[in-house]
Amino acid sequence: MARLYTEEHEWIELDGDVATVGITDFAQGQLGDIVFVEVPDTGAELTKGGDAAVVESVKAASDVYSPVSGTVTEGNGALEEDPALVNSDPEGEGWFFKLKVADKGELDGLMDQAAYKAFCDSL
Amino acid sequence: MNAPNQSGWKPEMETAAPDTVAPTHTGNRALMLEEPLIFEIGSSANTGVDLPEPGSGAANRLGGMERSDPIGLPGLSEPEAVRHYTRLSRQNYAIDLGLFPLGSCTMKHNPRLNEKVARMPGFADVHPLQPQETVRGALEVVNELAHWLLTLTGMHGVAMSPKAGAHGELCGILCIRAALEAKGDAREVILVPESAHGTNPATAAFAGYRVENIPATPAGRVDVAALKARLGPDVAGVMITNPNTCGLFEPELKDISDAVHAAGGYVYCDGANFNAIVGKVRPGDLGVDAMHINLHKTFSTPHGGGGPGSGPVVLSEALSPFGPLPFTARDQGGVVHLVEEEDAAAFGHTQGFGRMTAFHGQMGMFTRALAYILSHGADGLKQVAEDAVLNANYVLRSCEDVLDAPFGASGPCMHEALFSDKGFAEGFSTLDLAKALIDEGYHPMTMYFPLVVHGAMLVEPTETESKAALDQFIGALRSVAERARAGDPALKQAPFHAPRRRLDETLAARKPVLVWQEPVSE
Repeated sequence: MARLYTEEHEWIELDGDVATVGITDFAQGQLGDIVFVEVPDTGAELTKGGDAAVVESVKAASDVYSPVSGTVTEGNGALEEDPALVNSDPEGEGWFFKLKVADKGELDGLMDQAAYKAFCDSL
Repeated sequence: MNAPNQSGWKPEMETAAPDTVAPTHTGNRALMLEEPLIFEIGSSANTGVDLPEPGSGAANRLGGMERSDPIGLPGLSEPEAVRHYTRLSRQNYAIDLGLFPLGSCTMKHNPRLNEKVARMPGFADVHPLQPQETVRGALEVVNELAHWLLTLTGMHGVAMSPKAGAHGELCGILCIRAALEAKGDAREVILVPESAHGTNPATAAFAGYRVENIPATPAGRVDVAALKARLGPDVAGVMITNPNTCGLFEPELKDISDAVHAAGGYVYCDGANFNAIVGKVRPGDLGVDAMHINLHKTFSTPHGGGGPGSGPVVLSEALSPFGPLPFTARDQGGVVHLVEEEDAAAFGHTQGFGRMTAFHGQMGMFTRALAYILSHGADGLKQVAEDAVLNANYVLRSCEDVLDAPFGASGPCMHEALFSDKGFAEGFSTLDLAKALIDEGYHPMTMYFPLVVHGAMLVEPTETESKAALDQFIGALRSVAERARAGDPALKQAPFHAPRRRLDETLAARKPVLVWQEPVSE
């Protein structure tokens, strides 16, 4: 399934029932050098739009929200040792967490890549 | 192990400021001294004190708990230790060295009269555990200051004990919680506008509330319609900063307060920016229920490493019964008491939520703040606000042709001028401009806050700067802004003239070295 985007600059990609979530290249560029990432614990119950993770850069600390509700199946442990992965490969190795999606209907209304690009250009 | 003074400017500083003059033997430049770490100066083999060996009859009373390994503290003589810290202090920046434009911090001059008063033995040499009968004068000072704070804010009660701004915020929010719980109406949510101080949501969360943001309007003020729409039976209160962190007055605060009260909530006002309105506006008239006052901002007590903060909280009639102990009050004989748990009931204070501190607060700051208030008088304090606002507007209008002022069209600013990085050359950031300001001899302004403005630069000159001082600062700010717009590559390397060049903040945050390791000798 194609990758979708939120107005809070998270990306989500669904594979079966499990989705992978991270922050976008635009977001990492705005944050600057990222120095700390806290990902949710496995088993954590997330709600759409609720706090899911924390990302801290030299400029600011920000919350990362979950684009959909669900149960976390894995946090990206590599980010603890190497938060710079979010800068170097935000939409690949720098993913934040995977979750089992409770209701795929919640994906409706998220932006596709073209819509997200237009959204960023408008900022 | 380096000997003290065996140092000088770092080599990269030589290349930054090439010089045809031969280098000095020590590497120093007159009194511009490079200083190693204290561990590099001292030695764990040395000691600064010369204690006699214990006599043969001295018994070991440590019961086997004595330390067996060296703890590795450096040993220095007293002059070595004094010189080390004095040299380090020469590399620091302070309000006594220059204009300190840190926005939302009100880094004003600390009048020396305050210091003279605070050092009087009757104030300086008292102890919080002394019997009250022996410190009546000091308690009069606390009570007199409390009276002034209530008069200036139009409020009903005051808690003097909170130690600084965020502590005061917590005190105010705990009062709100206690008031709601007394009504059997515990609520869950505190609303915080985007233009509020960064500590506000942290305070509400720390007090156990869920924080919800209220957006700002394009003009940089609270979106009143959005705030009103969110009010309801779950909202305990609103934390609002006025003037806000965009440097703008919130003219609809009274309207907001009325709506919050009608919905059964309370209004906390962050008083960090009170300097812009002191003597002009009484927050009590705007429906505020609780507000902290930073004595270390508005009332000129030392700030930022120079002294402890102090954050008394003024309370509305509705919240005063829930304020913390202790507080000062006159008994029927006119004597000021510090009211503690044992006599709270006698003074009619039975619903207080508890305490914020072990003792009564920052006595040394109370004397300084009262000295400031009495030396200015009511008319002088009013002029403080007027001059602070005038100075900020002078900076705003003197720079808005070279620095984007996102809310410049919203009318006059209050105590601080806000700029964005719009118009900088590609790849140039607020950080680059700030580093260049260090070379110009200024502490940079507040950066990247408020979050609603991209690459924010928040400048608060305060009223204590003269026009000449402002003109020099404006000249420096315009110069570095023009270099950022033109894309001067040297700006990316700044600072060149500071004791240290640009630090690798990323590496420092990702791989901090927190413990000094003695180098292994070859």
